[in-house]
This record gives sequence, C-alpha cells and structure tokens, in this order.
Amino acid sequence: MKFQVEENCLTIFLPKEVDHHRAEEIRKDADAVIERNHIKYVIFDFAETEFMDSSGIGAVMGRYRLVHLIGGEVWGVHANARIKKILTMSGVTKIMQIYEEDGK
Amino acid sequence: MRDTNEMEVIFDSYSSNEGFARVAVASFMTQLNPTVEEVADVKTAVSEAVTNSIIHGYEQEIHKISVKCRIDKGVFIVTVKDTGKGIEDVEQAMLPMYTTKPELDRSGMGFAFMEAFMDKVEVESVPGQGTTVRMEKTIGKGRSLWTTQSL
Repeated sequence: MKFQVEENCLTIFLPKEVDHHRAEEIRKDADAVIERNHIKYVIFDFAETEFMDSSGIGAVMGRYRLVHLIGGEVWGVHANARIKKILTMSGVTKIMQIYEEDGK
Repeated sequence: MRDTNEMEVIFDSYSSNEGFARVAVASFMTQLNPTVEEVADVKTAVSEAVTNSIIHGYEQEIHKISVKCRIDKGVFIVTVKDTGKGIEDVEQAMLPMYTTKPELDRSGMGFAFMEAFMDKVEVESVPGQGTTVRMEKTIGKGRSLWTTQSL
C-alpha cells in the first residue's frame, strides 16, 4: 500500500483496481499505520483508481469505524466519474466527504 | 456476425484471480461493441459474484469457480458458479447492507451492485452444494439511434 502520514492524517494512495484482493492488503496495512501513528483523519486518494467494487466500500467503512471512535473523519479525493458513481450508489458518501476540486 | 457465442473459464478461488475473471469477461464482451460504461458495469458485477464465491462460498479455501458467458443477439449473459457452502436464505443475503462477515470489512453491497449494474440477477443456491448467480444485460440499448444515422 502506498501511503503518507502527516501528523494525525493518513493519505492512502489507492491502486488501479480496488477489489477484494487489494482491499485486504489495504485493510491490514492501513490499520497498523492508524494505530501506530494515532491517526484521526484518513484521506483516500483515488487518482490512480479505474476500478472499484463493493470491497472498496467496505475498506472505507472499516476505516471510518476506526477513526470515528476518536472523532475523526474520512475523505475521498481525485475520484473519477465511475468511482464517484460507485461511492454515491453505495451511500458511503454519507460518512465520507468527497473533496471536489474547483470547476469539477 | 453470428448471433450466439459462448465461453467458459474455470479457475481456482484465489483472490488474485478476481482480476483475471473481470478481464476475461470484459474481453469476450468486446465483440458486442459495448460502451465503456457497459463494460465497467459488467466487470463490477462479475467481481462481486466471484468475490462472494471466494469469501462466502468457499470461505477462503481453494476450489474451482466457473464463469460462463453467453451472447444471445444483443444480450450478454454471465453465470458464476461455485460448489461451496451455499446460501440458506437467498432473499436475506440479497438485502443491501446485509453481510455475514462484517469483521472482514464486507459492506453487504455485493448483490445490490449486481442488481444495479445488470438488467437481471437470478440466484440459485443449495446449502452444502453451492451457488449459481446468473446475470443478464442488454448491450447497446438506445445506441442504434445515433449509430445508424448517417452524417
């Protein structure tokens, strides 16, 4: 998993395809980092993501459950139209804020 | 082009094969000249069904999964079959947000996605014997309007 930690904020750079296979790896790696670095804010960066199924939704929900306990938040950035559709359809946008760049 | 065509792939239930199943189905589908959106819809639905077989049907044990595709005129039919533990209550399993494995971060959205992205989803399951998910999607709906018009 590609990621970056800045103070209490974790950015996860998601792979090209977020399916069950890749989501498992993200789950394990992210939870270790969240615990070790006392992460409160998790940013999912979809810049490279072209495919996602419900496993990606599960990954977002799982991290939300973790940081929500300590008053944290999850964010989504750089999502293309397809990814936005998947996120909106699943209803996960109720717990994850989607950061829209200006003009988009 | 002839009206019907079929293919079947059988693979081990490794999670790394989820990507293979999607690509195999997507490339067989190209002969229908689908839109990018239609391919993405079918790939998502196939991914959900195959993941279900791996996690729930076989509970991460390695057995065979069969993915069969059939083209019948403009209709694309994909069948995902496992011989795993089966589903006791199919109706309940298909409810959005229902999952038996929340500890594995499953969202419970698998069947909801299959139903949203395909025209028709049928599930047949016998506890102890396995599950078959049959999905249908008409490809190229409404596209003839502009593809048949001359410029």
